[in-house]
Amino acid sequence: MPQTAGSRGLRAAAVATFAALATVPVPTGPSHAADPIRIGSVVSATGPASFLGDPEQKTLKLYVDQLNKKGGVLGRPIELVLYDDGGDANKARTFATRLIEDDKVVAMVGGTTTGTTMAMIPVFEDAKVPFISLAGAIEIVEPVRAYVFKTPHTDKTACQKIFEDMKARGLTKIGMISGTDGFGKSMRAQCLKVVGDYGITVAIDESYGPTDADMTPQLNKIKNTAGVQAVLNPGFGQGPAIVTRNYAQLGIGLPLYQSHGVASKSFVDLAGPAAEGVRLPAPALLIADKLADTDPQKAVVTEYKKSYETATGQPVSTFGGYGFDGIQILVKAIEQAKSTDSQKIRDAIEATKGYVGATGLYTMSPTDHLGLGTESFRMLEIRGGDWVPQEKK
Amino acid sequence: MLKTLLSSRLAVLLLLAVVIALVPVLAPSSFYLRVAALVWVFALAALGLTILMGYAGQVSLGHAGFLGIGAYAVAIGPARLGLDPLLSLVLGAVLCGLVAYVVGKPILRLKGYYLAIATLGFGLIVALVLTSEGAITGGPDGMQVPRMTVLGWRVSGIQTWYWITGGALLIGALLALNIQASPSGRAFRALHDSEIAAAGVGVDVASKKLAAFVISGVYAGVAGSLLALMNGFITPEAAGFMHSIELVAMVIIGGLGSVVGTVVGAAFLVVLPQALTMLHEYEQAVLGLLIMAFMILLPAGIVPSLRRLVLERVR
Repeated sequence: MPQTAGSRGLRAAAVATFAALATVPVPTGPSHAADPIRIGSVVSATGPASFLGDPEQKTLKLYVDQLNKKGGVLGRPIELVLYDDGGDANKARTFATRLIEDDKVVAMVGGTTTGTTMAMIPVFEDAKVPFISLAGAIEIVEPVRAYVFKTPHTDKTACQKIFEDMKARGLTKIGMISGTDGFGKSMRAQCLKVVGDYGITVAIDESYGPTDADMTPQLNKIKNTAGVQAVLNPGFGQGPAIVTRNYAQLGIGLPLYQSHGVASKSFVDLAGPAAEGVRLPAPALLIADKLADTDPQKAVVTEYKKSYETATGQPVSTFGGYGFDGIQILVKAIEQAKSTDSQKIRDAIEATKGYVGATGLYTMSPTDHLGLGTESFRMLEIRGGDWVPQEKK
Repeated sequence: MLKTLLSSRLAVLLLLAVVIALVPVLAPSSFYLRVAALVWVFALAALGLTILMGYAGQVSLGHAGFLGIGAYAVAIGPARLGLDPLLSLVLGAVLCGLVAYVVGKPILRLKGYYLAIATLGFGLIVALVLTSEGAITGGPDGMQVPRMTVLGWRVSGIQTWYWITGGALLIGALLALNIQASPSGRAFRALHDSEIAAAGVGVDVASKKLAAFVISGVYAGVAGSLLALMNGFITPEAAGFMHSIELVAMVIIGGLGSVVGTVVGAAFLVVLPQALTMLHEYEQAVLGLLIMAFMILLPAGIVPSLRRLVLERVR
């Protein structure tokens, strides 16, 4: 192959670049003022779970900045060491190792999905460093692991909230249509576990794939099942919006319950007018401006919503709220422990009592590393494209 | 002299062994060991593709499927069937070989783009099954992989896994180099250059293609098992499309058909995302640009292009 001097030069440059890349040690993040407290985070800011990870990442950055402007914690600035795992459990584990071995963080707030969280847990358990997860599944805190906590509601609590509402409305025979994604499957299983406690029976149990574009056949089956009084759709992403649209197109007319997994403005936008009358359990954050002034969460929720929306120009989401609660619980624990010793921080997190957060009221204990009850969910109904809280009967 | 050295099998193995031995000496913390161990694991998986793509000239866009089968073999075997992890690893490798044989038999009749799409389909099906069969595989949230114990010794810790993966890579490289130099290797290369010509000189085209596919499937399966055992946890995205593409990219970036190139390609794609984290939002974009730049500037892949450069200089 004939070579010009130019291309030879370019190749030499490429060779030099590669050599440089191969020898330069991996940098360990920016270092700020003297002796910062290092808090780690691995979130799925890109990839299929980015709609969860992105608001989490923005919230964490925002509040670490705010805390540092106020003088930090224990008089020391906080340094957030944040990595994006792209939703890949293997990468998450590598970054977790990096946080522990290389960045020497005192604690970690992150783990966007259940898969990435479960992959990272052994790293933190082995290193005895507290890990506050932002992922949904109950398996994260059940059985209780010494160093693992989480802030999001579990599917079980959401199921209980929904069934409480159904019971109050006298609905005892329901149909279920669940997504086969992780969220839908897990919630379906949790709901089936507790449904009996409310005297409700599931007459028909259908499912759909995460990328299905039409759920009419399944909904038709439900429509043609005798005696069904309401329909519950545990699901996540675009599926529930399609279910809601198909549901309206078929004119089923029974009360439709969605899950907290779609408690966001984008669901209402996706489902359009079909969402009218749909009920779902959601954290107080979603209806910050509609909360009564006496509501204990009012102040926290309004403040977080305002800060987040001003800083990012995007509407607040419950997922970011999990991040907010995670970092707040951790910072309060560090203040309480008056130390950055991981063991003392862990003990202080476990002793969290009556913390009023964006997601709910947390009271943790050695047997409960989540600390949320059904009262942290509000039952909402969609009316005219907006949320209407349903008063407790 | 240099030329013979650069193409000698022993030199390649020695080079790899020296690098594997040196990393722990130079690594400032065990995080670097983990990254290196991941390089060895992915290089092992990619070595299979080197045999399939680099030697025999057949493409596969679904190789993460085998990675997934191997990974779930060591998860499901001990957890659900009560099998020994080491036995599960072996069974996983056998299963990968069988699956490759059964799947490869019909689809290797296809050529070029059609073969690519068929293998793509295979990978997607494996990922789909792993995601959907929640009762066995734990579904999309993944499942725990029980710790391996060999003769009462509990295999854990990154140091241990570093040497296991490094050793596995050396064995894999040795086999790949020997295959390349064997009559089968020559048949593979004949196939690569021209199927018709290969058939004309008496190469059993169909069975050689199938052999390459089965070998490559076993490589990926063993790598998957090692990955799962090392991580102690596995999710279905191990078998995902992105991982299949990553494996192909490793083989091509490093240099198609070169064993050292495959390891360099794996290092490129495993280490760079770690090195680029300081760029935050721009990480993915820069990674993409770097891959493009390397393909444009070193079109034959990093190792073959550099080797040619060095040889030109010497002459």
